[in-house]
This record gives sequence, structure tokens and C-alpha cells, in this order.
Amino acid sequence: MKKYIDTGKKDTRSGFGVGLLEAGRADSRVVALTADLKGSLKMDAFAAEFPERFIQCGIAEANMVGAAAGLAITGKIPFIGSFAEFVTGRVYDQVRQEVSYGKANVKIASSHAGITLGEDGATHQTMEDLALMRALPEMVVINPCDFNQTKNATIAAAKYVGPVYLRFGRPSVPNFTPEDEEFVIGKAQILNEGKDVTIIACGHLVWEALQAAEALEAEGIGAEVINMATVKPLDENAILTSAAKTKAIVVAEEHNMAGGLGEAVAGLLARTVPAPVEFVNGKDLFGQSGTPSALMAAYGLDAQHIAEAAKKVIARK
Amino acid sequence: MYDNKQLQEISTQVRRDILRMVCSAKSGHPGGSMSSTDILTTLYFNEMKQDPATWTRDGKGQDMFILSAGHMTPVYYSVLARAGYFPVSELATFRTFGARLQGHPSIRKSLPGIFQASGSLGQGLSAACGLALGKKLDKDDNFVFCLCGDGESEEGQIWEAGMFAVFHKLDNLIAMTDWNGKQIDGPVELVAGEGDLSAKWEAWGWNTIVADGHDFDSIAKAFELAKAAKGSGKPTMILFKTEMGHGVDFMAGTHKWHGSVPKPEQLEDALKQLGETSLGDF
Ligand SMILES: Cc1ncc(C[n+]2csc(CCOP(=O)(O)OP(=O)(O)O)c2C)c(N)n1
Ligand SMILES: [Mg+2]
Repeated sequence: MKKYIDTGKKDTRSGFGVGLLEAGRADSRVVALTADLKGSLKMDAFAAEFPERFIQCGIAEANMVGAAAGLAITGKIPFIGSFAEFVTGRVYDQVRQEVSYGKANVKIASSHAGITLGEDGATHQTMEDLALMRALPEMVVINPCDFNQTKNATIAAAKYVGPVYLRFGRPSVPNFTPEDEEFVIGKAQILNEGKDVTIIACGHLVWEALQAAEALEAEGIGAEVINMATVKPLDENAILTSAAKTKAIVVAEEHNMAGGLGEAVAGLLARTVPAPVEFVNGKDLFGQSGTPSALMAAYGLDAQHIAEAAKKVIARK
Repeated sequence: MYDNKQLQEISTQVRRDILRMVCSAKSGHPGGSMSSTDILTTLYFNEMKQDPATWTRDGKGQDMFILSAGHMTPVYYSVLARAGYFPVSELATFRTFGARLQGHPSIRKSLPGIFQASGSLGQGLSAACGLALGKKLDKDDNFVFCLCGDGESEEGQIWEAGMFAVFHKLDNLIAMTDWNGKQIDGPVELVAGEGDLSAKWEAWGWNTIVADGHDFDSIAKAFELAKAAKGSGKPTMILFKTEMGHGVDFMAGTHKWHGSVPKPEQLEDALKQLGETSLGDF
């Protein structure tokens, strides 16, 4: 199978910080807003270089969303950053009215997403944000897999005209995608080809999917691995082509079942060529405090559980 | 009633607990916990009608408390444990997998003393309004207390609750703000320009009291005035002037300690500055 090399663990939020700075240098319309989480969102470098284009909003997320929409109407390209829960659930109606329905060119930078936020516990660990953002008409939803891809997706989001939800995380994870690969919104990447099962993943679970594919290969099972960094719009072609070949699908995501990538893929297959699907996700549970790795294992969000799901779905063919 | 010397002893122990908890968890929020330590110690040991032995989540027949600034769990858990809600030894489990002492208050782990989950800022004062209204409907004559952060008070929902409590004459509600002047990204005035909180609460029609949150006489006087307002039809807001990281010189007065963990040698230094107490560490 194709080898992927971890060039050194990094947090995806730092990829966002670097991408934001690059996007800001390339386009003076880019502005950044945060609600008392400048450091956590890695906006320091942008704020230092472009102090007049960095807007501190205080702990007032609802106002930040509306202000960003206003800035967008005047031609700016606002990135609004906070923890995932506080730029989605906390302000869902503001995002819906001002940004989505209002067609405002706002980029929602959503950090500390999922259970890997760790010790802060369930109040901060959203496992529902993809569902909320997918539900909004035309919203582009991106969940890149590593530092490099988050950086490149940030640059792509700045160039794209329209609302974008960009989700990333806090823990340091393997960095294995090319440093300067252009991120194409809506295009999935086939990371490994295989004939027995298709593993579709996004975010932190892409690396786990690759580890699972390696373990499966050792048992003589060929796993196709697809990085579905753009959760919406879904790359339907990539899924259907692979499903036609393997006829068995696993979908892995750091998100709950309801409304996540898994249901998006299952919905597509149900409408087209039905195939058995197994899901690796947070099920229907709230998170809790713990280290990111302990939580990923406890909630079944790792390579081992992906490999088990792959065998299970193959048996259902 | 505990005298000032006894309260000081408890507060010192609580500050030791806070630091030892965040160091053992390698995460958590010591700064605001240490600025609100003297307030919460006084509240639980002298002011609140509460009893761990008969505690129930519905708070019937007792005073109730909501920690709106949910990140201040280190001080909250320490005070609850020291007041007898659960074993002091359990403080060692703070933020670990499976623990009842979640990073932010949770009602899902059945930790005694917790009335409501919090952690997403700005929501606790509304819940406290509901508790106060519920007590009025029940003709339950007890108080509801709530602690907010000053950074937290930038949330619009705090001001929605501000309007609601006055309109519904919740004079059994005693809200408090830990006015330490600091939040994550810096001093409150540089992050959000919140201005004079006392003028704002006054303008909403609250019985507004400003007190020194590190002076036990001033804290007691503030609670006395707040309780005396029962019958006036006005809710009370006590703005406690405090210092982030109070009690340890290198932590005091800077936002840098909002959510940072002391290094082992810093912990040793901090514990030495605080001194040991007769209560003993967990
Ligand atoms: C809705 C929401 N937004 C942001 C956060 C992240 N956050 C946690 S504590 C904090 C700062 C709170 O400031 P303050 O209330 O003054 O508490 P202190 O720093 O004094 O402890 C922030 C922004 C949050 N928990 N909830
Ligand atoms: Mg503060």
C-alpha cells in the first residue's frame, strides 16, 4: 500500500493560523475576528502583522457573527474564530440568518472540534457541529485531516466566494499531506486504492483510516482510503466509483451519527446503488473529560475500530 | 459562623487545592478560581443555607448556587469537598477519564452539590433566574446565588437575564461578579471595553453593591445588604473587586494565569507562599 510519512506531529489549528496569515498577505480584504480566543485560534501572527484587520470582539459570539456579516457586505472576507461549539450551536440562528440566508462571504473558523478537545469535557466537545452546518443550504463544510491540509484549506476558503465552515482541532496529530498542495473544495482524495472495502474519513480519522488499511493489508484485505475533507458538497463521484468496485463502505468521523458524514454517504448510496455501510463515529453520546487519546479509544474512534468495522462490512456483502 | 481567621484558613487550603488540582490534571483554570476563592468560601461556609447530608438537585428548602463561569471548577470543587459534599480525596481525580469532577460542572456524573451544568459562558444567570422564579412559585423562602465572570458578562444573554430578573422582581436572587479585570486574551478593558459594570447593573434596576472580594468583612457586609434587599422587589448584583491569581505573587494580577498550569517548581514556590493549613492537602 502507498506509504504515508508523518513529518512531525502538529495541531491543525496551527495550520489554520499559518493559512490565515498567507491568505491575509495575498488579499487585503481578509479580516479576522475572535471572541476572546485569539491565542487558541492561532491568530497572533495575523494580528501582529495586520493589527487594523484583526477585530477582537470579546466574549460575545452572537454579535461577532452579525458584525462579520456586515463586514462581508462591505466587501471584506471575514474569518470568525472560536471553539467549534461557540461558532455553531451557540450562534446557530445568527449563522443561519446573517451568514447563510444572507449570503454573506463569511468563513467560520471552528477550532477544538470534536472529542479530542479533551479535558474540558462535554460542554466544549461538540460532536454535532457538522450536522448543524450541513443542514444549512449552500454552506460549504470542510474538515481537513492535518496541519498542511488545514493551511491549504484556509487559503482555498479565502478564495472561494460564499459561506464556509472550516473545522479543525486542538491535539497534535501526524502531518502527512503535501505542504503546498492546492486544496480543491468538493474534491475527495483517494489516498490508497483497494478492492475489498472503502474507508471514507474526514478530519483526525483520516490518519487512523490509513493505519487501519495497513493492518488490513497485513491480513490480505485491500482497503481503499478516501479523504473526504469536504463534507459538503460531497464528492459523489468519488464515492460511487469506489463503491461500485468494493461494494462495502466504512465511514469514520469524529462526530456523532446524527447528521454527520456517515449519514451523508449512506443517504447518497440509498438514493443510488445501495451497499452495506458501517459507521465509526461518536454514536449518540455526549463526551467527557479525559486525554484525547483515551477518549478516542473509549469512544471507538481509532484505527482498531475502523479495521473491525471494515471486516464487519465485508462480511455483509 | 466561621470567624475571619477560620475563613482565611479555609481559603488558603482551597487555593492549595486549586493549584494541586490543575497541576495533577495538567489543565484547568487557576486564575479566576483564585480570585473568587474568598467569595465562595464565605458563601458556602457562612452565608448559604445548605446541607450536604440532605442535598437534592431540586434544592427544596435550601439555598441554591449556580457557577455561571463554569471554568472555575477548581475553586468550586474544592469548596464543595471542603464543605462535605464528597470526599476531599476525590479532588485528585479532577479532569481524568471517568471522573465525577469533569472539566466543567456536569450533572451527568451525579456529583453532589451541582445543580446545573455550565461551561458555555453567559448562560448560568438565566438558569439562576429560573431557580429563583421556581422558588417564588413554590413559596420557598430561600435564596439563589450565582457567580459570573467579568469577561463572561460580555455575553448578551447576561443582559437578557438582567432585564428578566428585574421585570419578575426576583429579590431572592443574589448574583455575584468576580470583577478581576482579566479574561483569556488580556485585561477586560483592552479586550472588550466593558466599562463600569456597577453603572450598568444599576441602570437595569438591580440592587448593586460593590465590595472587596478579598476582605472577609467587606464580603460579609455585601451579603448582609443583599439579603436585606429581600422584599424590595429587586434582584441583587454584588460586584466583587478581586485580583486574578490572588495569593501567589507571580500569578497575581495577570491574565496569563487564566488557564495556565504552573510548572513543578512554580507549584512548590506557590504552595510555600500560601503556607500549610491544619486542614491538610487532599
Ligand atoms: C460561550 C463561550 N465562549 C468562550 C468560551 C471560552 N472561555 C472560557 S473562559 C473565558 C474567559 C472568561 O473570562 P472571565 O469570565 O473574566 O473569567 P476569568 O478569566 O476571570 O477566570 C473564555 C473566553 C466559553 N467557555 N464559552
Ligand atoms: Mg475575569
